[in-house]
Amino acid sequence: MSMNNQGRPTRSEDIETGCAPATFTGNRALILEEKLIFESGSTDRTGIDFPAAPDAPSKLGGLERSVEIGLPGLSESETVRHYTRLSRQNYGIDLGFFPLGSCTMKHNPRLNEKMARLPGFADIHPLQPQQTVQGAYQVIDELADWLKTLTGMPAVAMSPKAGAHGELCGVLAIRSALEARGDAREVILVPESAHGTNPATAAFAGYKVEDIPATKEGRVDLDALIARLGPDVAGVMITNPNTCGLFERDMKKISDAVHEAGGFVYCDGANFNAIVGKVRPGDLGVDAMHINLHKTFSTPHGGGGPGSGPVVFSEALAPFAPLPFVEGQGGEYRLVEEENAEEHHASSFGRMVAFHGQMGMFTRALTYMLSHGADGLRQVSEDAVLNANYILRSLEDVLDAPFAPSGPCMHEALFSDKGFADGFTTLDIAKGLIDEGFHPMTMYFPLVVHGAMLIEPTETESKDAIDEFVGALRHVVAAAKSGDANLKAAPHHAPRRRLDETMAARKPVLVYKDSETAA
Amino acid sequence: MRYLPLTPDDRDAMLARIGVASVDDLFSDVPEEARLTGTIRDLPDHASEMAVERHMQKLANKNLVAGSVPFFLGAGAYRHHVPSSVDHLIQRGEFLTAYTPYQPEIAQGTLQVLFEFQTQVARLFGCDVANASMYDGSTACWEAITMAGRITRRKKALLSNGLHPHYVSVANSMARFTGDDVISSAPELSAKTDIADLIDMIDAETSCVVVQYPDILGRMEDLTALAAKAQEAGALLVAVVTEPVALGAVKSPGEMGADIVVGEGQSLGVGLQFGGPYVGLFACKQKYVRQMPGRLCGETVDAEGKRGFVLTLSTREQHIRREKATSNICTNSGLCALAFSIHMTLLGEKGLRDLAQLNHAKAVKAAQQLAQIDGVSVVNDSFFNEFTVILPVDAREAVRELADRSILGGVSLGRLYPNESELSHALLITVTETCTDADVDALVSALREVLS
Amino acid sequence: MSRYFTEDHEWIDVDGNNATVGITNYAQEQLGDVVFVEVPENGKELGKGDDAAVVESVKAASDVYAPVSGTVSEGNVALADDPSLINTDPEGEGWFFKLDLSDTSQLEGLMDEAAYKEFVASL
Ligand SMILES: Cc1ncc(COP(=O)(O)O)c(C=O)c1O
Repeated sequence: MSMNNQGRPTRSEDIETGCAPATFTGNRALILEEKLIFESGSTDRTGIDFPAAPDAPSKLGGLERSVEIGLPGLSESETVRHYTRLSRQNYGIDLGFFPLGSCTMKHNPRLNEKMARLPGFADIHPLQPQQTVQGAYQVIDELADWLKTLTGMPAVAMSPKAGAHGELCGVLAIRSALEARGDAREVILVPESAHGTNPATAAFAGYKVEDIPATKEGRVDLDALIARLGPDVAGVMITNPNTCGLFERDMKKISDAVHEAGGFVYCDGANFNAIVGKVRPGDLGVDAMHINLHKTFSTPHGGGGPGSGPVVFSEALAPFAPLPFVEGQGGEYRLVEEENAEEHHASSFGRMVAFHGQMGMFTRALTYMLSHGADGLRQVSEDAVLNANYILRSLEDVLDAPFAPSGPCMHEALFSDKGFADGFTTLDIAKGLIDEGFHPMTMYFPLVVHGAMLIEPTETESKDAIDEFVGALRHVVAAAKSGDANLKAAPHHAPRRRLDETMAARKPVLVYKDSETAA
Repeated sequence: MRYLPLTPDDRDAMLARIGVASVDDLFSDVPEEARLTGTIRDLPDHASEMAVERHMQKLANKNLVAGSVPFFLGAGAYRHHVPSSVDHLIQRGEFLTAYTPYQPEIAQGTLQVLFEFQTQVARLFGCDVANASMYDGSTACWEAITMAGRITRRKKALLSNGLHPHYVSVANSMARFTGDDVISSAPELSAKTDIADLIDMIDAETSCVVVQYPDILGRMEDLTALAAKAQEAGALLVAVVTEPVALGAVKSPGEMGADIVVGEGQSLGVGLQFGGPYVGLFACKQKYVRQMPGRLCGETVDAEGKRGFVLTLSTREQHIRREKATSNICTNSGLCALAFSIHMTLLGEKGLRDLAQLNHAKAVKAAQQLAQIDGVSVVNDSFFNEFTVILPVDAREAVRELADRSILGGVSLGRLYPNESELSHALLITVTETCTDADVDALVSALREVLS
Repeated sequence: MSRYFTEDHEWIDVDGNNATVGITNYAQEQLGDVVFVEVPENGKELGKGDDAAVVESVKAASDVYAPVSGTVSEGNVALADDPSLINTDPEGEGWFFKLDLSDTSQLEGLMDEAAYKEFVASL
């Protein structure tokens, strides 16, 4: 007989596996419950030591705070533990496959993070004298150059803070250009399949929004669009590749028709990752397009932001681009802002944001571009499209893929909920995938497909990872088709079961209330 | 290429499964004449980590690092010491590489952080509720103006002349297109703010009055009377806080009656970063919550009755309401909100008060020293950590000459208000806990030199 | 008193010049759990087809239109506290608002119960 030297069994004994008993703490080994800081901290505890303040009279204008704010503190050790525990209740790309369509959840290289934290970028003030921040301007200028070259467009506005802010930048430039020629047009046309930010942006900029219908193949209906064009249409907002994951074959024709009718073409470039180095929006007649650096160029999503949404412009719109921007001349850089706008950029529609935009994202995106280079970026797009088509063709026998018969997709594959057992929905598929260890795909977007499931693998997934995902999804789909009740109750293994969103919305609790103030 | 896992064999196998001969066949929807062939001109090919790092470091080296010299800039972006654990925690992949928490069962970490953040911001600002962040202070300020317009169904916003000029510019560029009427002017170099004038200007068309606290010159005044007058006239008071640390020392705008309080949260956790990414703070009274822009996290329970958090009241937002949404914002400043929240947790109330006291005392002492320089006078009676001095020379020149002596001496009002010649001699100086006595002495003696 | 229906899945009870408006059981089922309702203020003048009220579930927001022209005489305040009335009793306690009709002839184009049933069946 052999024994290990501690005399303990090394194989699991035959025990009842079944429902796990509840624990005293509510923790389940590595799945740890965590209180709110308002329950665990206190206002007299702190994780930071300060030197004593020097003696000085108060100059606070008689406004000294007299009541407690109610901000709990934790020691540093508790703080590190609090946030570490919370982090473990989150899914991230670092943990696994994250095929959220339209969001381009690709690997976030750590070199980017390191470069953004160089003190020469992280610890400089936006209003430092220009002679002291030439390197920062050079980063902005080099990134601008990459973006202009990759899109084939002559100008770029760097300051927009995210995709939607970039849309606003583009639409305001369109309005400025129209106003400059005394043309008060009122309508922006947006396809039904567009992301919600498109119509919201057009409305935010004071435009009326009208839908453009789609063809059965999931693309803009060119004839319907042309029929609607006229002297009241300021422009169109087209996503290309579109939100169904398809390239708008007629983009050039659309642009020509819109230009012919005196309007402008805005392109939502959220899906640029599919076509970098393969086709330039500038060659398709686009007048303005935002680029989400937090999608295509690998800056991290951070659980909701920050992003960065530079906007490239055609010659026609470039004069109206916002302030400020950087101009380079023989290795010297200067900022064009309110002060010198008159002489350098008189038609600008003005400033969209304090300071210069998302510098921290610029350094990351430039680092990424230099890493991949022109050859690598082209390979990125090819692999992203290859991965998506591989998924499309690996699933179309079990899932309804409404546009698959018409040809290849671009960077994402779209499916509908057709064929599930009664009462089973896309939501159930998503929750089933959670139990399988994946982040679900985008669900219920775009609106033009019933129960839409939009799967975007990106180029940074291996064939093995995709094969595993496909296997898991086929398994979950089979459960949805057979009406497996377990699936309706999924997820079973996540830190939380399905959450009651109705209750959250009926009686919103948006801040923590101490029990004594809860009245 | 180091970020691409597919091997040539993988690619062949996948193409075979798809049933096409080459990857170019997958791009067949791109019209032939638009397709690019070969490499992209004028751009370099891929490079190693080492090579990229060398290039970026070279650019970084061209900048004068704030922390390497005596540093006194503020004007909406403040240099505070950020504890090391903040940057460590926000770099955990589960936070850094997560998306917006659309699947709450596997995003409780982000959601609980947002709930805590919303509570911290609401309490700090003296408001009932706060959202999950905006892009930055300047865009939050415009969103507050449009929100006040929706609530009051009026279109005239009165901006205090102490509001940050970039924030004013953002409002002006937007208002041109939305048909809002934005009234603004440049500040005067006096110890008093324009609150009394604003009270006189409120009328039946006014949707909101927007005041910055402390204002662009660093001044602070009680907002109570202004809030009361605005509300009496059916308008809202919007307060803008660009230096949240100040609220560790002074009353919050909410306490004084503000309806909406917005701010720039960069001071805590985020760092200078040459202007972005920053984090917009947005809080208001409970009764206006359905008019708020941006995401909101709310408490609920899961199917087993355990407390959990979800994004809620989403029907305000673009993905559901589309052109009728309260805002077009989608991606916000999640990770910066996390950094803010961690820094605030490390501080706690006691730490925030100590930090505020330290900033204020240092600034008061520095102001006293600067006032002793011949020809230099301090404008402010009241201030927190930032104040305005008038120099006998053009302040932009002085700033450049100080920079030549490796001192980042402040922000000249000439930079912020290039068309206002009366302001050209004024210099905004910020003193935070990061400034040492030696830094202040260096500024004082260098300024003496520059002025002599 | 007679009850009419619209193609927007609203019902309207008419008694002389007074009318009560709500959404149908079919509409309620389509929406799912209602979480928020906004009803019009008293005295608001509505033209036929104007946006009159808002009804929201977690994932959808819909407008309720004025099926005919009139002046709002009452909004159902109970819905603010308990929007679930729309799910539990859409064609009774879950009414939205009452109208003083300005043009009863507009009722002519609306459906009766049988016609509405047929209309729903055809969807
Ligand atoms: C197609 C599309 N357009 C626009 C946006 C908006 O971009 P952002 O979230 O950066 O504002 C997104 C991303 O969410 C998108 O997927």
